[in-house]
Amino acid sequence: MDSEKADKEMLLDIKDLVVSVDNKEILHKVSLSIPYGETQVIFGPNGGGKTTLLMTIMGFPRYQVASGKIIFKGKDVTVMSVDERARLGIGIMFQRPPVVRGVKTRDMVAACLKKDNGEELIAELAGKANMTDFLSRDINHGFSGGEIKRSELLQLSAQSPNLVLLDEPESGVDLENISLIGSLINSLLGKVHPIRERTNSGLVITHTGHILNYINARTGYVMFEGKIICEGEPLDMLNTIKEKGYRECVKCLRK
Amino acid sequence: MPEKINSSNLEKARAAVNKRAALGADIDLNNYNSPAHEKPVNTDPSELSAKDKEKMLATGVILDDPSQRMGTFIQIDNTPVHYSAKQDGVEVMAVSQAKEKYDWFGDYWWKAVSVDADKYTAHVELNESNGYFIRTLPGAKTTFPIQACLYLNKVGAIQDVHNIIIAEEGSELHIITGCTTSLHNEPGLHIGVSEFYIKKGAKVTFTMIHNWEPAVGVRPRTGVIIEDNGLLLNNYVAMKPVGSLQLNPSAYCNGENATARFNSVLVAPSGSSMDVGSKVFLNGKGSKTEIIARTITTGGEIISRGYMEGNASDVKGHLECRGLILGDSGSIHAIPELKGNLAGIDLSHEAAVGKIAEEEVEYLMSRGLDRDEATSTIVRGFLNVDIEGLPPLLNDELQKAIKDSEEDMF
Repeated sequence: MDSEKADKEMLLDIKDLVVSVDNKEILHKVSLSIPYGETQVIFGPNGGGKTTLLMTIMGFPRYQVASGKIIFKGKDVTVMSVDERARLGIGIMFQRPPVVRGVKTRDMVAACLKKDNGEELIAELAGKANMTDFLSRDINHGFSGGEIKRSELLQLSAQSPNLVLLDEPESGVDLENISLIGSLINSLLGKVHPIRERTNSGLVITHTGHILNYINARTGYVMFEGKIICEGEPLDMLNTIKEKGYRECVKCLRK
Repeated sequence: MPEKINSSNLEKARAAVNKRAALGADIDLNNYNSPAHEKPVNTDPSELSAKDKEKMLATGVILDDPSQRMGTFIQIDNTPVHYSAKQDGVEVMAVSQAKEKYDWFGDYWWKAVSVDADKYTAHVELNESNGYFIRTLPGAKTTFPIQACLYLNKVGAIQDVHNIIIAEEGSELHIITGCTTSLHNEPGLHIGVSEFYIKKGAKVTFTMIHNWEPAVGVRPRTGVIIEDNGLLLNNYVAMKPVGSLQLNPSAYCNGENATARFNSVLVAPSGSSMDVGSKVFLNGKGSKTEIIARTITTGGEIISRGYMEGNASDVKGHLECRGLILGDSGSIHAIPELKGNLAGIDLSHEAAVGKIAEEEVEYLMSRGLDRDEATSTIVRGFLNVDIEGLPPLLNDELQKAIKDSEEDMF
């Protein structure tokens, strides 16, 4: 298969990505591909570069691409700005989003919707995310961990991106909320449709793997010291990691 | 008013004719003319020129369809040209008329502001200035606000104004004051003395919108006396260019559980100089205050002051000055001050001056807004002061005034 064709079949194609943050190289030649309709997960210890990878795909300026390419929907987006990527169909769920005083949750959802008179739709989406009472509050101001997740997913559901980047969606979420968050993610990923009709993809960072009970991921990676050192079936990988720790993955790399 | 009080005020004023103000650039009053202080006339305000009405409308003063207003007062330069009240228990007239009507008037004349505070207050006294007298009788509640417009019209003129606002016991009074001018690049000076008397259990909301011009000087002098359980909610918006603006109203929470809240929204374009503060003296047991200032410079100079002083037990105050510097020039000087004179008081402040946090801009950009859209959304949020206790109608109008002004900002 020539590379041109591969680009067209993949929603996201990352080639030999080298990324620095504050002049320190964090990612060393990372490559991965996500086909249309597929969700992939990333495991790995803290400081391994997982969040850096997500932030780089989204295009935050602090994450400097030294070499390599990010191809999204067949377009080279490596030097595109954050907002251009968002409009092209990439969306990210923030782990610790900033408080923006005076900007209401409703304003954020409306901005994501990108259309006028979206009041009814906003109300409907907020209802699904159990966020109705938060619409007129300053965004993220005094929100609990679970409320931040629901707020982020509410905004993403309005934005409706083709590629959803999720950084530890289950962290800080109590048991009561986790199934709601799981179902919100599933609807973002279009998992309500049969596989062949799905076009939305996801890239999910998880430590605990809890989220795997709610989403259907086919490919998993382990990131370690800025490299992808292992690729496989997510649940198998999770079991190995749980049993033997990331050290086993490092061994796997040495083979 | 007894002759003795009158002459003592005049004496004090004469002695203060050259007294420089404590704050703000010194303005030479000899550089201005003083238009005649004529007797009040009552004309139909809808007969004013379309241009003047448009200017007034931009400050919240609606003259063509005043169905949403319970009373109106208009003063052009030094002459009241209209006064009317549409509700029982509400009085709107010129102060010169109130002075003749009520023998107790002297009890409210230069009692909340000192006649010899500086040369501006002295000038107002010595020129027998007019202004509005707005009073709610005990228990009366205005459903819609009363509107007042002070309009500076003559090139090179000093407009002298002296207003008296009295909310009798248990009454509720909402006022919108718009101060503006027909001038463009010509000089002019507005001096406005306002004295507020908020009696036991009375509530006053006072929303003032200032739309001036680049060569106009503005020196308001305001004092507010609040009795037991009285409330002042003061909102001030100045977002248009102004030559030199300096005001620092003082509220005296003399009664038990008296409350004073000041919200200010200031935007200083290039060439504007604004020195705006609020002072609150918590003299009554359990009295409370909150001072919130949101300031933006797009090139002008802003001094944002706040002063609160605790002189009684169980008083509480919080002061918040936040400033945004947009663009490459301009300055914001936040001066929050707290003074406690006994134990058992609770005063605090927070102040922040800086640019928009890049993290916030990127957050909004990640949702698809471009940099300009993200910035203006954050600035709109910054200016969106949630004002507790403001009637919805007034709040809508305040938000509208801020929104209209924002359109000029970007």
